Amino acid sequence: MTDLTKYTLNDALDAMNKGEFTSEELTTAHIKACENATKLNVFITSSFEHALEAAKNSDKRRAKGNIGLIEGAPLGVKDLFCTAGVKTTAGSKILDQFEPTYESSVTSNMNSQGMVMLGKLNLDEFAMGSSNETSAYGPVINPWKKDEKLVPGGSSGGSAAAVAADLCLGATATDTGGSIRQPASFTGTVGIKPTYGRCSRWGTVAFASSLDQAGPIAKTVKDAAILLQSMAGYDEKDSTSLNIPVPNWKTSCDKSIKGQKIGIPKEYMIDGMPRDIQLLWDQGIEWLKDSGAEIIPISLPHTKYALPAYYVVAPAEASSNLARYDGMRYGLRAEGSDLNDTYSRTRTMGFGDEVKRRIMIGTYVLSAGYYDAYYLRAQKVRARIVEDFENAWHKCDTILTPTAPSAPFTLGRKVVDPVEMYLNDIFTVTTNLAGLPGISIPAGLNQDGLPLGLQVIGKALDEDNVFATASALERAANFNLKPKKWWIE
Amino acid sequence: MPLLTRAYVIMEFFVSNQKNVVNVEDVKKIARLSRLRVEDTELQSLADDLSGILGWIEQLNEVDVDKVEPMTSAVAMKSPMRKDIVSDGDKRDQILKNAPKKDDGFFVVPRSVE
Amino acid sequence: MFTAERVADAKDWIKGETGDWEVIIGLEVHAQVSSNSKLFSGSSTEYGSEPNSQVSLVDAGMPGMLPVVNEYCIEQAIKTGLGLNAKINLYSRFDRKNYFYVDLPQGYQISQFEHPIVGEGNIEILPIDSDGNTLDPVSVGIERLHLEQDAGKSVHDLSPDETYVDLNRCGVALMEIVSKPDMRSPEEASAYVDKLRGIVRALGTCDGDMEKGNLRADVNVSVRKPGGELGTRCEIKNVNSMRFIRQAINYEARRHIEILESGGSIDQETRLFDSLKGETRTMRSKEDAHDYRYFPDPDLLPLNIEQSYVDDLKAKLPELPDAIKSRFMDDYKLSEYDARILTADKIKSDFYEIVANGRDAKIAANWTMGDLFGALNKSGLDLNATPVSAKMLGELIDRISDNTISGKIAKSVFERMFNGEGNADEIIEAQGLKQVTDVGAISVIVDEVIANNKDQAQKAVANPKLLGFFVGQVMKATQGKANPQVVNKLLREKLGL
Repeated sequence: MTDLTKYTLNDALDAMNKGEFTSEELTTAHIKACENATKLNVFITSSFEHALEAAKNSDKRRAKGNIGLIEGAPLGVKDLFCTAGVKTTAGSKILDQFEPTYESSVTSNMNSQGMVMLGKLNLDEFAMGSSNETSAYGPVINPWKKDEKLVPGGSSGGSAAAVAADLCLGATATDTGGSIRQPASFTGTVGIKPTYGRCSRWGTVAFASSLDQAGPIAKTVKDAAILLQSMAGYDEKDSTSLNIPVPNWKTSCDKSIKGQKIGIPKEYMIDGMPRDIQLLWDQGIEWLKDSGAEIIPISLPHTKYALPAYYVVAPAEASSNLARYDGMRYGLRAEGSDLNDTYSRTRTMGFGDEVKRRIMIGTYVLSAGYYDAYYLRAQKVRARIVEDFENAWHKCDTILTPTAPSAPFTLGRKVVDPVEMYLNDIFTVTTNLAGLPGISIPAGLNQDGLPLGLQVIGKALDEDNVFATASALERAANFNLKPKKWWIE
Repeated sequence: MPLLTRAYVIMEFFVSNQKNVVNVEDVKKIARLSRLRVEDTELQSLADDLSGILGWIEQLNEVDVDKVEPMTSAVAMKSPMRKDIVSDGDKRDQILKNAPKKDDGFFVVPRSVE
Repeated sequence: MFTAERVADAKDWIKGETGDWEVIIGLEVHAQVSSNSKLFSGSSTEYGSEPNSQVSLVDAGMPGMLPVVNEYCIEQAIKTGLGLNAKINLYSRFDRKNYFYVDLPQGYQISQFEHPIVGEGNIEILPIDSDGNTLDPVSVGIERLHLEQDAGKSVHDLSPDETYVDLNRCGVALMEIVSKPDMRSPEEASAYVDKLRGIVRALGTCDGDMEKGNLRADVNVSVRKPGGELGTRCEIKNVNSMRFIRQAINYEARRHIEILESGGSIDQETRLFDSLKGETRTMRSKEDAHDYRYFPDPDLLPLNIEQSYVDDLKAKLPELPDAIKSRFMDDYKLSEYDARILTADKIKSDFYEIVANGRDAKIAANWTMGDLFGALNKSGLDLNATPVSAKMLGELIDRISDNTISGKIAKSVFERMFNGEGNADEIIEAQGLKQVTDVGAISVIVDEVIANNKDQAQKAVANPKLLGFFVGQVMKATQGKANPQVVNKLLREKLGL
């Protein structure tokens, strides 16, 4: 019998439509794969029994002709989305035993489109990190192992690794500064962060409210389109949700990009950029030219300032968003001598070092006397970055850049300077600051045989062209490599 | 990592550890404000860490932001509003479900008297 | 911002050992918006429910929960701003005020810091001295009005060593109305709160119920030598009655004067008013200096209000107490005093207008204020709990003017009405109080009275004052039911006066 975990989401949905196999069979195959992959540590909480039940129910619905967009597809959910009755930890000890009574709008949308949830996927604590090493539940291992253990990127490391290892047909993820695209790049998968406001933030544990967006990590661009379609949509419970219809993005993937203008920002072109990455970017430009697109050099002059602006805005919002984790109403409580002592003990014990560091940066930049110098200035710089893109859109339709400044790196290496870690987000944060859609697609391997991604950035609400351009690249790159399944005992 | 370090140097991200943006007293203050305990032995290294990050952030001063309105939300649209209808509440069990301590319909917390 | 040009009248100065002092008062009034649901969630605002039964996931600060603003609350804030003659800010925004407390589940309060929905305004107050005399009007500046969330409630008496938390009030919309430091005496402060209360009640934007805490004041008090340098102020939190406001100011001003006169200095601090002792005391000092780290709430978008929307609300604004008062003085020719009493709040003015409708305005005012308010006062009832409705009172007055009963009988009918014995006609009928106007019948009685008092009748011609005696006798004989005009006329004729 064919290995059902090798299917793409699109193919699996087609096959089920044709009656080639059932959701129950498909789900069983994936559960088996998951059970054999404990070494990757992708799950914080698995819900296999629940998944089998859901698969059977899906098969019944299908029999009645009641078929959702992702009907019967076994998927993973980043453990940042609250799921009713299934533990939700945000990768933190402070929410160790938290069992929401409510379902996030994104997963709720997916449930109504037929999702079969296999479990909750590992992530950097509160989505703060670029390597999945800040998780309180241990690091995720990148399936693309060479001789040493590598990180899958982060914060959606569990989502990316699970998809790369064929443990699920796709997964939900979130992206605040690159947390979908960078791990996708590190694992040879596709990840898209849509326009801010496309996916409701209701019920997703908040990191930085003005930057957080949900999106999928998938095996192919078309799979990503299908998944995003099932996740997105207006939600009156989120004041920043966009009240506009969700297009049929699956068809965007088949659109020609002939005559499209692709911007190449010179500020992303750094002398001495890792050669493999520069080569891949050049290759991407050629592929797009071959697909009939026009290449336009552009300038995004404030690119350099995106990362420091991000490291003011994101921690500031996070310091406030994470104040609710105080041990009073849910989550961990570490009893102290009095109320304030209990607060401090709870939060000191419950949060990891990186989260604490960001809370403290955020508290500092908002505190009296520093607000104008840091927070207000960063928000003004952010406005400048938005302006950069607005100017660029006069010249081009989409922008092509590398996704990350490096290939996956070794797990557990010593990072002395936190800023060095923050540099992982250098090519991705700009789109979060500007609220734009950005996709990462696997485009090749570096000399060490590790995957590298290219990023396509689009205008606000123009996921259509992002998918079209990404699909053209995907066809040209024809990246069909998979990691060896070394993790199976 | 070599790749990152290279990018980091090349992109002229200048981390100045010589500059003490944040001192030990600042760390104590922000730790207190954010209800985090920092051991005395950690104060200096944390001050150095934060100084490094904030020193690096100070490159934002190079940007001309004269007459620039700060961005406060990522979507440019009118604030949506709700009708004044009671549509929620009456779910005490759900509200209290995950409480570390509860009694008689209340959350129970360490004594706090003003 | 903290300017205080006006110097108090000398009569309001407080005598100290080193001379006279002047008290400077500013108020922050929290008025609960009269909404059904909360400012950012759909849970109910109803008072007095089971603990935590009116709490949504948003109110409880659950992970991933998001606020959505209640349109009605925005509308009430604008209407109140208009009632305060204040500038409505078409652009306003919600900010987060960050601090930790058990009654604050999100770890921050959503408020408006930099861009409040209402800016500067101005109202005129009429302070009343302890003898009930109206003093000269005083203009009080409004600094701003902003919307914010209320906090939950901590209960400390259910366990000796723990606190019980009820989040029912959490997220209820409050309008914080900040005055300029324009008041100079406790009477002015309470007149200001009274005025605000009248305005929000007339507008229907807040029920003004101080007992339930739906309207409460933080009082900022400082003292200075009359017209001199401003002193350091203290803020007295959550004072919830007019009397307590006056008491707290008196106490606090005295405290400041005593400290200053003995060479000390005032610490700027937040204090609590102990209503049992009539004292203020310092709140347990917070371990950290307040640093609320305000920043725009990224979960909410700025409010951009159309001028046409404001204009529309303005056009539909109900008549405010001041306007009603001048109308009463113009249309009903009432004295300033009567008009003030009758327009103290919406319920009173509405009541009076029903009573006065188609009747003599002065008589209506006398019955409403003198008889009804007096009786209510005596029995400790509010006007909204009155046993005598405006309609009933009006009918009683009608029976006087159509000569069914005399004014004197009417007083006893009113008493019976107040005791719940029915409306005027029912009581008049049941008690047989209908006035006798039949000249023949009265004539018989007059003849009898004159016959029984022959001596007096003879003296009457010389001493017309004796008419009163005869009237009294006739009324006695008729149990007061004889029409006084008829009695007078007949007696004059028969006594030859």
